[in-house]
Amino acid sequence: MYRYDAFDHRLVRERVAQFRDQTRRFLAGELAEDDFRPLRLQNGLYIQKHAPMLRISIPYGLLASRQLRALASIARSYDRGYGHFTTRQNLQLNWPRLEDVPDILAELADVDMHAIQTSGNCVRNITTDHFAGVAHDKIADPRPYCELVRQWAALNPEFAYLPRKFKIAVAGADNDRAALLIHDVGLALVRGDAGEIGFRVAVGGGLGRTPILGHVIREFLPRAEILNYLDAILRTYNRFGRRDNKWKARIKILVKERGVAEFARAVEDEWRHWEGGEGTVPEAEFDRLAAFFTDPAYAKLTADDAGYRAALADNRAFERWVGRNVHPHKVAGYAIVTLSLKRIGVPPGDVTSAQMDAIADLADAYSFGEIGVSHEQNLVLRDVPQARLFDVWTRLRALGLATPNIGLLTDIVCCPGGDFCSLANAKSIPIADAIARRFDDLDDLHDIGELDLNMSGCMNACGQHHIGHIGILGVDKNGAEFYQVTIGGAQGNDAALGKVIGPSFAASEMPDVIERLIETYLELRHDDERFVDVVRRLGIEPFKERVYGTTHSSSRDRRRLVDAAARAGTDR
Amino acid sequence: MPLAAWQAQRAVLIARGEAGVWLAPDDDPAALADDIERLPLIAIEFPQFNDGRGYSLARLLRHRYGFRGELRAIGDVQRDQLYYLGQCGFDAFALPDTRSAADALAGLRDFSDGYQATAQRRARFARPDLVEPPGDLGCVRV
Repeated sequence: MYRYDAFDHRLVRERVAQFRDQTRRFLAGELAEDDFRPLRLQNGLYIQKHAPMLRISIPYGLLASRQLRALASIARSYDRGYGHFTTRQNLQLNWPRLEDVPDILAELADVDMHAIQTSGNCVRNITTDHFAGVAHDKIADPRPYCELVRQWAALNPEFAYLPRKFKIAVAGADNDRAALLIHDVGLALVRGDAGEIGFRVAVGGGLGRTPILGHVIREFLPRAEILNYLDAILRTYNRFGRRDNKWKARIKILVKERGVAEFARAVEDEWRHWEGGEGTVPEAEFDRLAAFFTDPAYAKLTADDAGYRAALADNRAFERWVGRNVHPHKVAGYAIVTLSLKRIGVPPGDVTSAQMDAIADLADAYSFGEIGVSHEQNLVLRDVPQARLFDVWTRLRALGLATPNIGLLTDIVCCPGGDFCSLANAKSIPIADAIARRFDDLDDLHDIGELDLNMSGCMNACGQHHIGHIGILGVDKNGAEFYQVTIGGAQGNDAALGKVIGPSFAASEMPDVIERLIETYLELRHDDERFVDVVRRLGIEPFKERVYGTTHSSSRDRRRLVDAAARAGTDR
Repeated sequence: MPLAAWQAQRAVLIARGEAGVWLAPDDDPAALADDIERLPLIAIEFPQFNDGRGYSLARLLRHRYGFRGELRAIGDVQRDQLYYLGQCGFDAFALPDTRSAADALAGLRDFSDGYQATAQRRARFARPDLVEPPGDLGCVRV
């Protein structure tokens, strides 16, 4: 992975010094709250419901084991001994003290980390596919390009005060695992006619109050021009994006209002003035960055380890875990392991300091010392020898990180919600927990099959509920917490936005609502159809009828509703 | 003076050779393209410091239109924006009276370098001869 040199170190330390002084001036009353706010946001610091929240950058979701250990230590020293992995591959601490943040940033700088631009109206973390570089279906490794774009974005003096936040994702495989079309800019690596690498550029995707999928504005951009082209997009947005209304300030609104063709033309016009100029990236720079992401020293292994086969045959639980949490690797004899951070009783995406240390040890022992963060709030060990999978599984089980539910209903993507976030309309974590408890039977879960359940506590859609096969949105209805359900959303190559099925529900009803959706699916599915496939085939009507119709109510359902309501009365 | 006023009296003002123009964030710098060499001073207004349009206007004036005169940031200009303003091509700053200029100028030195090509430096990747300072800075807390 990328290693800082003295140049990179110096910038991060200067940033720490800058923020330390800004914090000093703020606490001394020399810098007004309104003036300090954008500055602290550009260092990832929110003032939240219970405490400040610090969002630490994990560039394109890649961590070295020493970095994960540093995060564990920081969470222990300055927080309550845990952190939360987000849908943009970052880590959030929920309880730091404002006056400690400069020290936290200094400790991060010691391990080549920072919180630069993880919030604020600037370019945020560059995200990518959590299987980048190791999956079979790759066109090109996106990671060197992520690093190139990260450096272009970091402390970029022209784009620190945009109309609103700006999110860029990069993907390098046939299968888009980076959710390109819900980003302000989605960059797909493609090959040109002569086999040369370039980008297909999509602009104007985003969720939130007005969810929209992005549009391709250029089918092929030579890679050397990527920074000049990004400058053109950002400059057009910076100049002409709306600044009068926070809910209409993203680039997606500008693209929609101008029209895609007109917007593309404006970008092309701007780019032409800079094309071939000082922002053009030399081949030597691509080579330099690529050298940080070469393959590790893979051993020559058999594609079919006998010990592994035996363990699969002998141990049903191991077999089940492999089936869900292990993915094929581009190199024979290796595998990609996903650590499930989705367990009953634990908020989705949360990891304790002790677990972080143990995961770092596992990475050193089994995966060349690196850990990946997926945007679905799980972690990845990307290069595990097949022969070692049983050992890894055993150790993960002891840590509570081996729930065999990746891609299933209980692999819930969920924002921190009303328990933590002052922006939320409703709590999200207890709902996710209640649903997970209702569906904790592994056999049932596997029978239901692939199902993306996403939940957001408010319109800001940090849980990306619009692209869930089932999406849940917390809403405020006359001061009470209610939940609106969408179905049929999807990310990736077949990206789509979910449709609302009807009026919102009380918290206590939610497990029943999900159960009815599942029952409908199970009754109507053909062969191997997933939940989302049935929704696509039949539309939302059959699901709507089952959920809202009273004719299908069984006495078992009614009893459950009564029990749930009684339990809700005693919840925190 | 504001762009509109300048446009109205352009010929006279150019003959006099002393006029400066200020651009509001939504003005088009292309309007000055023809006279860029004859303007001694252009100011760009920041009605609020977090209205970042002026940064792009500055970049365009310096790089696309080749402005060489004084480029002044006016309006809500604070110490913490000075470094970025300088990198975008501003070389003069009108700070509101209440702020100490001496203190504020320290903001110009917040960073010693950066990755991107700006008005004051080339892109890092364009400087293969960049010599790294000997040794590491060590784990000094700043």
